[in-house]
Amino acid sequence: MDPARQPNRHFDYSFKTENLKKIYLSGETEVHALRGVNIEIPTGELVVLLGPSGSGKSTFLNIIGGLDTPSIGQVYFRGKDLSNLTNQQLTLYRRHNIGFVFQAYNLVPSLTALENIALVTEISNYPMDPLEALNLVGLGNRANHFPSQLSGGEQQRVAIARALAKQPDVLLCDEPTGALDSETGAVVLNALFDVNQKFNTTCIIITHNASIAELAHRVIYFADGNVSNVVVNQVRKSVEEIKW
Amino acid sequence: MIGALNLKLLRDTWNIKGQMVAISLVMSAGIAVFIIMFGALDSLKLTRDTYYDHYQFADVFASLKRAPQSVAKRIQEIPGVARVQHRVVFGITLQMPGLNEPATGKLISYPDSGEPKLNKVYLRSGRYLYPNEENSVLVDESFYIAHQLALGDKVSVIMNGFKRQLKVVGVVLSPEYIYSIAPGALMPDGERYGIFFMGRRSLEAAVNMKGAFNDLTLKLERNTKQETVKERVDQILKPYGGLIAIGRDEQVSNFFVENEFKQLVSLGWLAPIIFLSVAAFLVNVVMSRQIATQREQIGMLKAVGYSDLDISLHFLKMVLVITACGGVVGIILGIWMGVGMTELYAKFFHFPILKFSFSAEVMIFAVFACAISAVIGTLIAIRNAANLPPAEAMRPASPPVYKKTFLEKLGLHRRLSFLSRIVLRQLERRPFRSMLSAIGMSMASAILVFSLFLEDSMTHLVNVQYELTQREDLNLTFVEPRPKKALEEIRSLPGVLKTEAFRDVPANLIFKHYQKRGAITGLGTDPDLRRVIDENLAAVTLPEKGLVLGAKLAEILHIKVGEILTVEVLEGKRPTLQIPVVALTQEYIGTGAYININSLNQLLDEAPKISGVSVQIDDNYAAVLFKQLKQIPQIVGLNIVSVLRRIFDEIMAENLLKMVTTNIFFASIISFGVIYNTARIALSERARELASLRVLGLTRKEVAYILFGELGFIALVSLPIGLWFGIILSKAMSSALETELFRIPLYINNSTYGYSVLVVLISALISFYLVWRQVESIDLVSAQKGVE
Repeated sequence: MDPARQPNRHFDYSFKTENLKKIYLSGETEVHALRGVNIEIPTGELVVLLGPSGSGKSTFLNIIGGLDTPSIGQVYFRGKDLSNLTNQQLTLYRRHNIGFVFQAYNLVPSLTALENIALVTEISNYPMDPLEALNLVGLGNRANHFPSQLSGGEQQRVAIARALAKQPDVLLCDEPTGALDSETGAVVLNALFDVNQKFNTTCIIITHNASIAELAHRVIYFADGNVSNVVVNQVRKSVEEIKW
Repeated sequence: MIGALNLKLLRDTWNIKGQMVAISLVMSAGIAVFIIMFGALDSLKLTRDTYYDHYQFADVFASLKRAPQSVAKRIQEIPGVARVQHRVVFGITLQMPGLNEPATGKLISYPDSGEPKLNKVYLRSGRYLYPNEENSVLVDESFYIAHQLALGDKVSVIMNGFKRQLKVVGVVLSPEYIYSIAPGALMPDGERYGIFFMGRRSLEAAVNMKGAFNDLTLKLERNTKQETVKERVDQILKPYGGLIAIGRDEQVSNFFVENEFKQLVSLGWLAPIIFLSVAAFLVNVVMSRQIATQREQIGMLKAVGYSDLDISLHFLKMVLVITACGGVVGIILGIWMGVGMTELYAKFFHFPILKFSFSAEVMIFAVFACAISAVIGTLIAIRNAANLPPAEAMRPASPPVYKKTFLEKLGLHRRLSFLSRIVLRQLERRPFRSMLSAIGMSMASAILVFSLFLEDSMTHLVNVQYELTQREDLNLTFVEPRPKKALEEIRSLPGVLKTEAFRDVPANLIFKHYQKRGAITGLGTDPDLRRVIDENLAAVTLPEKGLVLGAKLAEILHIKVGEILTVEVLEGKRPTLQIPVVALTQEYIGTGAYININSLNQLLDEAPKISGVSVQIDDNYAAVLFKQLKQIPQIVGLNIVSVLRRIFDEIMAENLLKMVTTNIFFASIISFGVIYNTARIALSERARELASLRVLGLTRKEVAYILFGELGFIALVSLPIGLWFGIILSKAMSSALETELFRIPLYINNSTYGYSVLVVLISALISFYLVWRQVESIDLVSAQKGVE
């Protein structure tokens, strides 16, 4: 059976891709980042994407998140074809449906923690109160600090709060703990874990760290621009139980 | 609520405050100059128009020898004539205490009762004349102030051969004499030329003009064709020795005022265009850098749902913030300097009141034009930011492509040090960018050359005029052409070393459908005191026959060498002559037409006459000579060339000094702004690389060599480009300032080039020093992480 089409507990899917391919130029080189991905990601799951560098995980995440468009193939979000959306439509899609967490946090250095969150809540239809979002990640007391005054872990938590503050349907995290030590990484993962549990938000996390896969409902393995395996965890561990 | 994105905008702008200040200053320079010039123009225009309107400035002016007052009624009957004012006007000489040489002036009749119908006078102090008051006058304000007169003082005049004492009872201003200059002069001289108003009956009696008039002004009804009326006036006045009637455009004072307006318009456009172009370039460089630095933030903003339009507007707002700062400073500077400029104008243009006009439209337009130029300058960079795909934006930029340099391909690189090769590769990697930086820096020296050329050119003009062209000490003009023997009379005066006669004949110059009212000047074959010079500044020998025209006059008449000019003589027998143009000549001042005096006298078919004499004198006998000259009633114009030159120098020095100082100030701002920005951005782009080199073990000096080697090379390359471009701009300015009255020659001293280079080098050194201090303070660890 095609590993991408494992039966799961959910009939609804957040994402579905058909023959998804992506080719882009890097300097003078043509890179085939995705080579025909076919997969479904159910709603409400915490999904981990695993694979070595250059396997296509980030490209896949960017396409389902509406940051990029496929070169060939289709990608659906809850039955809606994203592949033919205009730039404006993709912007609105990202605005109302997707929360992003990046490895490099990507906070605006000239705004405080609270203002970084307000950046998102000001354009959302159903935003949380920015301070409430900060409190969710345990940083309510650092609201008026600039990113330069926060540690790496704190910055990443602010980034998560920013992503959560719009109350998205989907949370896409690209190496959220990549730049953090194990202790801080655990705190961040707990936050994501909580979000998934409490709000049933579909969380898709890219990581190099195979231990993190044990937290997930489903693990999708990428290799050479395609899905090599899909594993559904029958038993999930907690953040404290995994070995870094 | 200000919004998070706007907060980011304000803080990001504060972060680049140094560059922002530099750009704002450049913008403010452009805006300020625009406001100064057009503010002054608006002020002058409004004031002039109001003055003309309230004081009934005439539409048509005519002079004649003498006609009975009944002739004025026939003028009144011409269709389209609303009002006629006939007057008696007489030239006088004055003996003023503290003045060796005689002053000259004009006495104009004032109605014995009531006010003049046209060209009313504004009373500054004192009173108007009483009816039939004798030996009392109203005097023009500039003469009054120049001689520190008081009401009730008496001035000693010689009129019609008789000496009289006239009492000053009032100080006035006249719309006919906003710019008041003596015949043959170019600059106003309140000390040596005065306008006086005397009761009609009193003046008529003094100059034997009872029941007659020799001057006429007309007001026309609306929509009347002026040319038709002037032709009819000429016909009626011809038997009475009338000169051709002129409109406001040829009235001396108005002519000078209009000339000034044209120059203000030229300056008002040219300088701001240059400054704002430089500002647009700087904004482009800074914003491109900002967008490059914030590439990942742009990606994040798009990722969270900000649209391309939101991103574009965000950066556009930054441009507008910079423009707003430039606008505020520019408006303040413009108003402050505009007031100063208006005060300067008030010295030469005599209006009852002259105030700087704070025109909101001018200010809004200036700021708007600045904003548009800045936005246009950054459109491509902002569009690139908007079009950046979010995923790509968040990826690190591709490594820059390097290749072996041209010198390396030739094998010459072995002569260069390793550091020099880095510099060279950096320059060759982005040749277009390096060239653009060089062009940007070249604007600094270009603007300095452009700012200083005016002083060089005016100095050259004055030297040419008073050392090569007008070389006499004195220039005497008779009230009307006199027989040749008058020359002997002048020659026989004490202290006279050399004389040359000249004949100025007023004429209408016509070629095809082009015409101009002017004069033909007859000179000796090889004049020495009053010369005609060619474009090589060599003296021209006047041919026996034919006209030598000034190049500007030939341009106005669209006539070339070899073609025949029709000359309608306006005095004596009033013949119409057909004279070939045999040569063109170089003139910076006026529109002259020259002919051999003997040939002219033959063409006029009358006994040889002279209009005046150019005189070289022995300074030791000057006082005696002037005393004798004061006694000659036929002399109506007397110009002491050294005084003319001194006045010219003083006025130019005062005006030019202010203008040149202002230009140098602005040019230095631009010089520093461009170079500092270029250096600052180079550091911003290379900080990580330089930090890496420091980590690897290069010393501060070696790192400085890499950064400043590239910048220094670009600065050196920019110098000759800038000097060349400065010449182009100066040429453009020279053409823009060209009027009938003046042609500003393109003349640039070597010292100007030297000074421009010096200012640029100093700006570069200061900029490099400021940037070097920032290099010294680079945190090597943060820089490695790419944190700016």
